[in-house]
Amino acid sequence: MSEHEFIRIDRLSQRFDLSDPWIARLISRRPKQFLNAVDNVSFNIEKGKTYALVGESGSGKSTIALMAVGLLRPTGGSVLIDGHNLYDRTQSQLEHRRTRRRLQMVFQSPYASLNPRWRVGNILSEPLRVFSLTDSQSAERRRVHELLEQVGLSQSDAHRFPHEFSGGQRQRISIARALASRPEFIVCDEPTSALDVSVQAQVLNLLKRLQNDLGLTYLFITHDLAVVRVMAHRIGVLKSGRLIEEESTQSLIESPQSEYTKMLIRSAPRISRGTTGISFT
Amino acid sequence: MSKGNSLMNRFYKSDFFYDFRKSPVTIVSFVVVLALILLAVFADLIAPTDPFDAKSLNLFNGFTPPMEPNAFTGETFTLGTDDQGRDLLSAIIFGLRVSLFVGLTAVILAMVLGVSLGLLAGYRGGWVDSVIMRAADIQVTFPSILIAMLIFGIARGLLPPDLRDELAITVLIIAIGLSEWVPFARTVRGTTMVEKEKEYVKAARLIGLSGRQIMLRHILPNVLSPVLVIATITLALAIIAEATLSFLGVGAPPTEPSLGTLIRIGQDFLFSGEWWILLFPAATLLALALSVNLLGDWLRDTLNPRLK
Repeated sequence: MSEHEFIRIDRLSQRFDLSDPWIARLISRRPKQFLNAVDNVSFNIEKGKTYALVGESGSGKSTIALMAVGLLRPTGGSVLIDGHNLYDRTQSQLEHRRTRRRLQMVFQSPYASLNPRWRVGNILSEPLRVFSLTDSQSAERRRVHELLEQVGLSQSDAHRFPHEFSGGQRQRISIARALASRPEFIVCDEPTSALDVSVQAQVLNLLKRLQNDLGLTYLFITHDLAVVRVMAHRIGVLKSGRLIEEESTQSLIESPQSEYTKMLIRSAPRISRGTTGISFT
Repeated sequence: MSKGNSLMNRFYKSDFFYDFRKSPVTIVSFVVVLALILLAVFADLIAPTDPFDAKSLNLFNGFTPPMEPNAFTGETFTLGTDDQGRDLLSAIIFGLRVSLFVGLTAVILAMVLGVSLGLLAGYRGGWVDSVIMRAADIQVTFPSILIAMLIFGIARGLLPPDLRDELAITVLIIAIGLSEWVPFARTVRGTTMVEKEKEYVKAARLIGLSGRQIMLRHILPNVLSPVLVIATITLALAIIAEATLSFLGVGAPPTEPSLGTLIRIGQDFLFSGEWWILLFPAATLLALALSVNLLGDWLRDTLNPRLK
């Protein structure tokens, strides 16, 4: 199993300093205050699989997501991508750059995740330029068109601005941008929570298809257990920054161990398969 | 060509143009500003005489009232002449050029400085933010004209005497520019702090762009529309600041009189009955500053989505 392991999160912690400025502390004589947003969390994800982190808001899901892609330095523990420590200061810039290309992220809000002043074509070609992945203008254009088609949009959409698209289409653009650098690992931070239910299914199906076609590894952050059931191979349950339960999807949904997981499953709204046209299998 | 056409079409159909057409005050101010800018740009072609050419001046023409023939030479001047026989109309047109040039370049300087510092403060946060914004706080406790005079005085003290008149305009621009950067910095800092939390900035950080690249390529285009409004309003302020400094005698040198210099000269003769030397430059300054201000107000309202 461990030879297929792609990402290892090892005793990861994040402590936020919430203290008042020192002068206010001096006057009120309050000590420094910290919030342990993520506390000693460890798990790993196999190559080509989806790991879902579920938990209520404030449980530290998104903080883990940011640390997993290198956007937030953990206060403790490490993130290993294919054996490469993401936060190792001794490694060279070039090596970090190489690792960074292999990581991408799809964000929650389809509105804030695309720069409103940039055309879609430019949004998609930026990673290509940064990582020098195409050697000519025409190759770059071809790759942008290929990306648009890969996510079910048309080539002419490259000339349009983000505000000309619907939420679902914008999420597709976001996914296309994430795919541009040909990553192996994508963190999806609640990619469907801002979308209509019918559009959610389309986006999830797209993500599944891409995983099959490209062998992507996903870390899926969500609070929606219906989504988890469709997407994830393994699930980790987070509560106040601690991983309290971790199982394969089937066994976690069918026989949850902790009270908290049971409560999460009970409180999730059910969509029975008979009443909707969406197939979640 | 077709692209230009569609751009023009889009402009004609835009809310921006619609708002513009619906506001007569704005149209009038726009026409006034445009006319004054054209006058300033084509001063050499439009002005009847060259007021800087001392040889062409005839002291007998001094204090000729507007539209009346001079008692000695019989020459007539549309707006009269000043004490040295300079044609006031030409002096105003050339003065307008100096005032507009100083105003515009000072605003550009203030804008570049304010926007850069605001971006830096908003994006970096922490001590960078504290240092920049405290400097801004301290600066606004002084009237900006005082700051400009201070900078002007220091610069003159540092410059060798033979360069003083030559560089007076440059020093004036720097003095006004440095005294007006604060509103730009404050606004840009605020918008930057909102923008930098958005996910497109995270996406840019994810591929390893540097802070500078993110600020210039991603955030800057999204903070520019309020900057445009501030720039217009600051332009009016800068023109008035220049006029004030020149009026006080520390601005544009007598060899290159701006509107403010002309007003100062006119002020000396107001009580001896030569009213026109003061009135016409002052009226031009008023028309310019007022129109620019009205344009700025309109721009602020029309670009504010909450007022729609």
